[in-house]
This record gives sequence, structure tokens and C-alpha cells, in this order.
Amino acid sequence: MREKILAFIEKNSRIEVKELAIMLGVTEEAVLNELEAMEQEHVICGYHTLINWDKTGIEKVTAMIEVRVTPQRGMGFDKVAERIYNYPEVESVYLISGGFDFMVTLEGKTLREVSQFVSEKLSPLDSVLSTKTNFILKKYKDHGTIMAEPAKDERMKIAP
Amino acid sequence: MRNPLSKTIVEIEPSGIRKFFDIVNEMDDAISLGVGEPDFDTPWHIRDEGIYSLEKGRTFYTSNAGLKELKIEIAKYLERKYKLTYDYSQEVLVTVGGSEAIDIAMRAMLDPGDEVLIPQPSFVSYLPCAVLANGSPVVIELKAEHEFRLTAEELEAAITPRSKLLVMPFPNNPTGAIMRRQDLEEIARVVRAHDLFVISDEIYAELTYGDEAHVSIASLPGMRERTVLINGFSKTYAMTGWRLGYACGPRVILEQMLKIHQFAIMCAPTTSQYAAVEALKNGDPDVERMREEYDGRRRYLLHRFREMGMECFEPYGAFYMFPCIRKFGMTSEEFAEKLLNSEKVAVVPGTAFGAGGEGFIRVSYASSLSDLKKAAEHIERFIGRLGLEKE
Repeated sequence: MREKILAFIEKNSRIEVKELAIMLGVTEEAVLNELEAMEQEHVICGYHTLINWDKTGIEKVTAMIEVRVTPQRGMGFDKVAERIYNYPEVESVYLISGGFDFMVTLEGKTLREVSQFVSEKLSPLDSVLSTKTNFILKKYKDHGTIMAEPAKDERMKIAP
Repeated sequence: MRNPLSKTIVEIEPSGIRKFFDIVNEMDDAISLGVGEPDFDTPWHIRDEGIYSLEKGRTFYTSNAGLKELKIEIAKYLERKYKLTYDYSQEVLVTVGGSEAIDIAMRAMLDPGDEVLIPQPSFVSYLPCAVLANGSPVVIELKAEHEFRLTAEELEAAITPRSKLLVMPFPNNPTGAIMRRQDLEEIARVVRAHDLFVISDEIYAELTYGDEAHVSIASLPGMRERTVLINGFSKTYAMTGWRLGYACGPRVILEQMLKIHQFAIMCAPTTSQYAAVEALKNGDPDVERMREEYDGRRRYLLHRFREMGMECFEPYGAFYMFPCIRKFGMTSEEFAEKLLNSEKVAVVPGTAFGAGGEGFIRVSYASSLSDLKKAAEHIERFIGRLGLEKE
């Protein structure tokens, strides 16, 4: 049931518990208990909203920064990651295999704000060897959702 | 001038859906639960394979019976899903949708006067195709009290010395009814006893809900040699517009079907055939995802119907519900028209699928959950008003 609940709410976290219960063929209570358990276990980490900021007129700049670091003795990458992810402007931090170590996404109001963060906060960190900042020019798809206008139902209205 | 037309054709009634279609089409903002096709797009990897085949210049005819690669995949698929074994080289024919398969199967098997047993409500083409093949259709009216299954008694009662062919339209459009193994065994017994043949239209085979998987009548003892199995890609992989289906059956019948197909059609669209190979090879997860989605909507809509006091049996197949509207004192057509005009929700009158559909409407849940929710609210308001008028 867990997997099915997650499949539904991953796409639509606003679905009502009652509807979810009907669609899964179980009681509301069962769904509620499972949701609560998953929140407590931190399987469900939040109920966010996917926003296409480009359509709001509010300026936002997103950068994906490739960071190479030297892991600290005895603590590996985790300690370095912590120093980075604790900054609120940091959107996400992933440890990456390949040519660099962390992929850090950052959101700022302007290019300058982002560059300032990189040059003043990120680069000076002891263990950071180098950074490479990639600014995002256009977001086509995010969290499995295509950002363009949703496709219209072009089926004939009545068909046998 | 002489009459240019064939009497046989002129006498065939146009599809009952057509008239309603024209009214709905005038209405831009109607929510339609009247569509007999998936609301999903064809999964991208399948579309991509179609595009790729065009890029590679695969724009020629294929052999009449279809691409060898595709026929092999079809045979493998039927083996893995339904334990059916067909020789891809002689017992599989790729057609232009399941519809062509229905047509040519009837033409290959019927002589004038042969009776074709057609359970109704069911898909709109069986009866006209039987007539076009010079057969005499005999309608068996399925009953709501049997949840629109065909029973051995009903079948027995319709059989005459001229009966030759039985159409098995399950999982069923428009009722959503399915036949369990045990139901099929009883039918198979009658079929064998009366030496009948079967066209089993299993186009919705992948869309059944609940614990028991779909069973093909062709997999029952002694049935393979008397069954033409019809299936296709339209509903399973959301590929309606690609027009691709197939028929499988004993060589003696398939050989003759191939002749008609050869002369009338040549071969199924090549692009679609390449896309279909990909669908069969790698499409299982897509089917599962869509099935889960339909199942959730099915439960939701059934729950809503019951909540608002609309009588409806639980359908375990396809993506249709077939609620009874008799208690509102209207014909199916009146109900559907009034619902459309006052609440802008389109459903199909049950009578479009045979006279036995009177008193019912077909509601398709191949629509987004938000549309289903809205439509359910409107239907509830509509029948609420009807209830008040009566009192």
C-alpha cells in the first residue's frame, strides 16, 4: 500500500485522504496511519509546490555548481556537504560520481547574487578545490513535469 | 438512372453514436465521459521508435501478414501473458486495428444464412460486419442481473441448427463486464457441443482489475482450434490512432483471412508496426502504470455513483461503467441528452450498443481524475433535480 500511496501523492500531494482511500480500496484510517508513519520515518519529507517562476514575472536565477573538494580526514564528504547545505540559498546538494564531487543547485534573485555566493561563501571553504558555475537558461522539465503548457485533450468527444 | 447503392449497405443502420457525437461536438466546454479510447498519450519510447523508423526510411510495405519481427513478438507476448501458443509464421496476422480483424474473420468464416451469435450490449461493429459478410446476426441480450456476463443457458437458448459463430466481446465495451475462467468453461462446453466457432475480441485483455488475471477462451481445452483471437495495441498501449491490431487462430482460418487482408488492405501501416515491436518488447511497465491509474479512477467513480444513489454493478474490465438510469423514467437517449444540455457532461446512451442497452448509459473513466470529479458533481446535481421533479 505504501508504494501505491507514494505513487499517487508524488504526483498530487493535494489529493484528499478520502479520495486516496477510495482509489486504493482501503479505509481512510489506514491511509492516514500510513501517511503519518511515513512522515515520522521521514519517508515523506515535505509537500512542496512545483512553481514555474518564469511565468510569474518574479526574477529568479538558478545555477548548478560543480564542486570539487578534498574530503576531511575521518569524516569523508558528509562534513563538507553539511557546510554547504546549511546555507539557506542552497537548493540541493548531491554527491556525484565522475569528474567532480558535489552538484550544488542554488537559487538567487540575480546573477550577481549567485556569483557572490560562489565567490564569497562557497569557494573560500577550506576543503573546496574548485567550482564551476552553470547558470540555467531554460527549464523544460522539473520533477517529472513538463513546464510547457499542458497538452490539450484532442480526442474526439464521443467515440465507440 | 439506376440506384447506385447496394441494398445490404443501405439497410445497415449508421452507428447510434454518430448522432450524439454531432450534438456534443457543438459544445466546446462539455466534459466528455463518452470517449472510447485511453486519455494517455502513447508512451514516448514507442512513439520514438515510430519516428526512428521514419527517419531510417522504413516507408515501404511489409509482407501482407505483417513484419516478421512483430509477429514473433506477438506470439511471445500471448505465450507469456495468456499461455497461448501460436506459430508466428502461419497463425498470426497483423491488421489495421482490431476492427479489421473482426471484419475479415467474419468474412472468412460465414456463408449466407449462417447465424452469428452476438451478445449485446457490445461494440458497434459486430452486427454490421456480420451482415456485410452475408451472415445472419442473432442478438443475445446480456442481463444486468448477471453483471452482463454471457451464461451457458442464454447461449443455449439462442442456438439453432444454423448457428455457426459466437462473438465473445469480453472484457466488454460498453459494460465493463468480464468473464472469469469458470464462466468461460461453461461457454466453451456449449460451443464444443454444438460445434460452433468463436471470435474472441480481447482488445481490453490487459485492462482487468482485481486479483484474477484475464483468461482467454482460446486457452481452454479444445477451444484453440475453433477460436479466432483478436487483440491489438489501441487500448493496451494507448495507440488508437496508430490503427494496429492482430488476429491469431488456426491456420485454416487465418489463411483465408490473409487473402481478404491481402486484397483489401495489403498490409498494416509500417510505421505503426515498428512502434508496436517496441511496445511488446518494453511496454509492460507502461501497461501496468496505466492499469493502476484506471483502477484508481474506477474505484473512485463507482464510489461516487453509489454515493449519489446511481445503480451500478462493479465492472472489472475495460474503462467503462454502465449505470442503470431506469428509475429516472427516461430512455437512455433522453437521459444523455438532458444531462448534456443541462450539465454539459457527455455520456453515451446504452442503446448505441444494442437495444439491450436501454435503461443504461456508458460512462468512460478514461479521463483525468479532476474531470471525473467535476463530472460526478454535475451528474449528482442533475439526478438530484430529477429526484425532486418526481416528488
